[in-house]
Amino acid sequence: MKSCAGASAFVLVAILLWSAIALADGSADPTAIKDENGKYFDKDGNPTYHITPDGTVDWYTYSGFRRYHSDCHVCHGPDGMGSSYAPALKDSLKTLSYNDFLGIVAAGRKNVNTAQENVMPSFGTNPNVMCYLDDIFVYLRARANDALGRERPEKREEKPAAATEAEDACMGTKH
Amino acid sequence: MRFRSLRVSTCLGVVAALAAGSVYADEDLNKAAQNPNNWAMPALSYNAQRYSTLKQINASNVGKLQVAWTFSTGVLRGHEGAPLVIGSTMYVHAPFPNIVYALDLDHEAKILWKYEPKQDPSVIPVMCCDTVNRGLSYGDGKIFLHQADTTLVALDAKTGKVVWSVKDGDPSKGQTGTSAPFVIKDKVLVGISGGEFGVQCHVTAYDLKDGKMVWRAFSEGPDNEILVDPEKTTDLGKPVGKDSSLKTWQGDQWKIGGGCTWGWMAFDPELNLVYYGSGNPSTWNPTQRPGDNKWSMTIWARNPDTGMAKWVYQMTPHDEWDYDGVNEMILTDQQIGGSERKLLTHFDRNGLGYTLDRGTGELLVAQKYDPKVNWTTGVDMNKNSPTYGRPSVVAEYSTEHGGADHNSKGICPAALGSKDEQPAAYSPETQLFYVPTNHVCMDYEPFKVSYTAGQPYVGATLSMYPPPGDSNMGNFIAWDGKSGKIVWSDPELFSVWSGALATAGGVVFYGTLEGYLKAVDAKTGKELYKFKTPSGIIGDVMTYEHGGKQYVAVLSGVGGWAGIGLAAGLTDPHAGLGAVGGYAALSDYTALGGQLTVFALPQ
Repeated sequence: MKSCAGASAFVLVAILLWSAIALADGSADPTAIKDENGKYFDKDGNPTYHITPDGTVDWYTYSGFRRYHSDCHVCHGPDGMGSSYAPALKDSLKTLSYNDFLGIVAAGRKNVNTAQENVMPSFGTNPNVMCYLDDIFVYLRARANDALGRERPEKREEKPAAATEAEDACMGTKH
Repeated sequence: MRFRSLRVSTCLGVVAALAAGSVYADEDLNKAAQNPNNWAMPALSYNAQRYSTLKQINASNVGKLQVAWTFSTGVLRGHEGAPLVIGSTMYVHAPFPNIVYALDLDHEAKILWKYEPKQDPSVIPVMCCDTVNRGLSYGDGKIFLHQADTTLVALDAKTGKVVWSVKDGDPSKGQTGTSAPFVIKDKVLVGISGGEFGVQCHVTAYDLKDGKMVWRAFSEGPDNEILVDPEKTTDLGKPVGKDSSLKTWQGDQWKIGGGCTWGWMAFDPELNLVYYGSGNPSTWNPTQRPGDNKWSMTIWARNPDTGMAKWVYQMTPHDEWDYDGVNEMILTDQQIGGSERKLLTHFDRNGLGYTLDRGTGELLVAQKYDPKVNWTTGVDMNKNSPTYGRPSVVAEYSTEHGGADHNSKGICPAALGSKDEQPAAYSPETQLFYVPTNHVCMDYEPFKVSYTAGQPYVGATLSMYPPPGDSNMGNFIAWDGKSGKIVWSDPELFSVWSGALATAGGVVFYGTLEGYLKAVDAKTGKELYKFKTPSGIIGDVMTYEHGGKQYVAVLSGVGGWAGIGLAAGLTDPHAGLGAVGGYAALSDYTALGGQLTVFALPQ
């Protein structure tokens, strides 16, 4: 994270989130036990998805689906399935913790050796990603736990006012 | 039109063929290109027909084709483009890190030299869709390579030593190099990538001798930056007028307007015009950039000496689907309505096959080359109509009409286009175009995004799948460019993402994403031969003759956008909750590789 320090407010947000939330492996029980204005959390306090038996997903999972398929899928493939050169995040999120997820997205990652040249950029300055980190995380968490298939969520909860407020504050937009 | 004194070719005893036409081209390139045994340009010739007069391999013996030799590039990413052959040397390129090998065909493809640039790997993730490179160009005794980091480098063709190098763009702003350079006379032209990063894209001409920039023409911006003359540059026969680009953008959005130039070029020496297409406007959210967004999505005809545009034609005004206009321009001379015409044919991502008069830019034909194309009912061909030349957009499939946060469903083609960069071929004998196509539709939902330099600037979510009722995701078709009709169509399981080759032997070649090299009858499309190479093919098939023997060669190495969208199989939008993806996954058929496979008839 050192290379990103001070790069932008988004990174700062990520760091604050990082320090504020209890550590947990991404493979931990994803059951939602708390609902804060339409945003769901697991027993460790990490963001998680909430999908009812009739297939209604929470707003953040739906939003994550959209954001993933804008900025992430161009390398990681549709539905987190991976591409010819980037890992399938529906598998990575089985073991990747929330913390590590935030860190990698903000700072990027390099895996360059004689066999491969895989480089993930730092999205630390990209509001289209950083303002939706939790959204993308819960979407992929749902994919990793087979709670959501390879589909566009058809039914969803209404967008919570808190989500609109947070989005406007982060993206610097106003209504 | 600069004359060069004739001198001994620096290149390996290439037989000087005809002197005619030498004033038009670099002398070395001219000689090399006129020898039918060579493959001296990315598309074989300036007309980009990808048609070889070699005919030792023909429709009756191609079934006996065998692998003659193979070569690994040592790289495992998507391999686009094709090698060059000049005399007894083959020049093979690779994706990032953009290695170039010179192979000695006289000595069992021994490596004569290898060039491997040092590039900052941080360029890798700003390449939109894999670290592809579409190949090399030759001229003035040099091999030209456009590296991922936008360095245009001239290598001594004999030694591989760097003669000069120049930086064409800035990867930290999302500008990258994937296209093949193009040599015309005393210049080398190069386009740039970065349409998903809000780059104001351009084509630039550099001096062949020393790499000095001669001109640069942007796709959008003020007249003096896009090199149009308001009075003399025409659009469908009429002067474009002042500020033809600026007027079609809100505020200064043109500065991050895209219109990238990563496709192929063609050149008509007699008309002295170079042709290429510009790509999608940035972002993919059309509601965020009102206006026609000129001159993105445009066929350009420019004077290669000055860069000045003679004519333009915008195919998809105000793009709403990412239908990049960069695909190749194929130049043919054919009769239409009893008169001989100098034509340009272009298979656009938007699913329409266009035929224009390449001297004037007059639009002659615009027809769907995949019957499933549904976003438009067709192009207005009435010269007196106020919407002359514009496609009529179907509201149901208009993502602008649907607006931000609305998911428009069942749009055909998908953003991949009915065809992407994989170049088509043309045979003057059959007068047919052979077109590798995608047969994929999509759901597309635009939403608001904000621009950060060097970061993706996309702004739409999409999911892709075959047209309803079909399971094949590609077709290899024969197309009549004069009438705008499909003559035959061979279905393929996956998109055909390989450049085609037509030959005087009556055989047409292409590769498939599973890895097959296929040969089909030019008249009927009947399959005559196939061989499964080690990895999926997104390279372009080429041919050459050496030591009295004809060879056919292709690069394997799955990747590119095909490797992203199809690797895991396309989403089935009609699957129920929790269903696993519905369509064939490329990963069940092939794996990464990077290999050249060279074919010949048995001894």
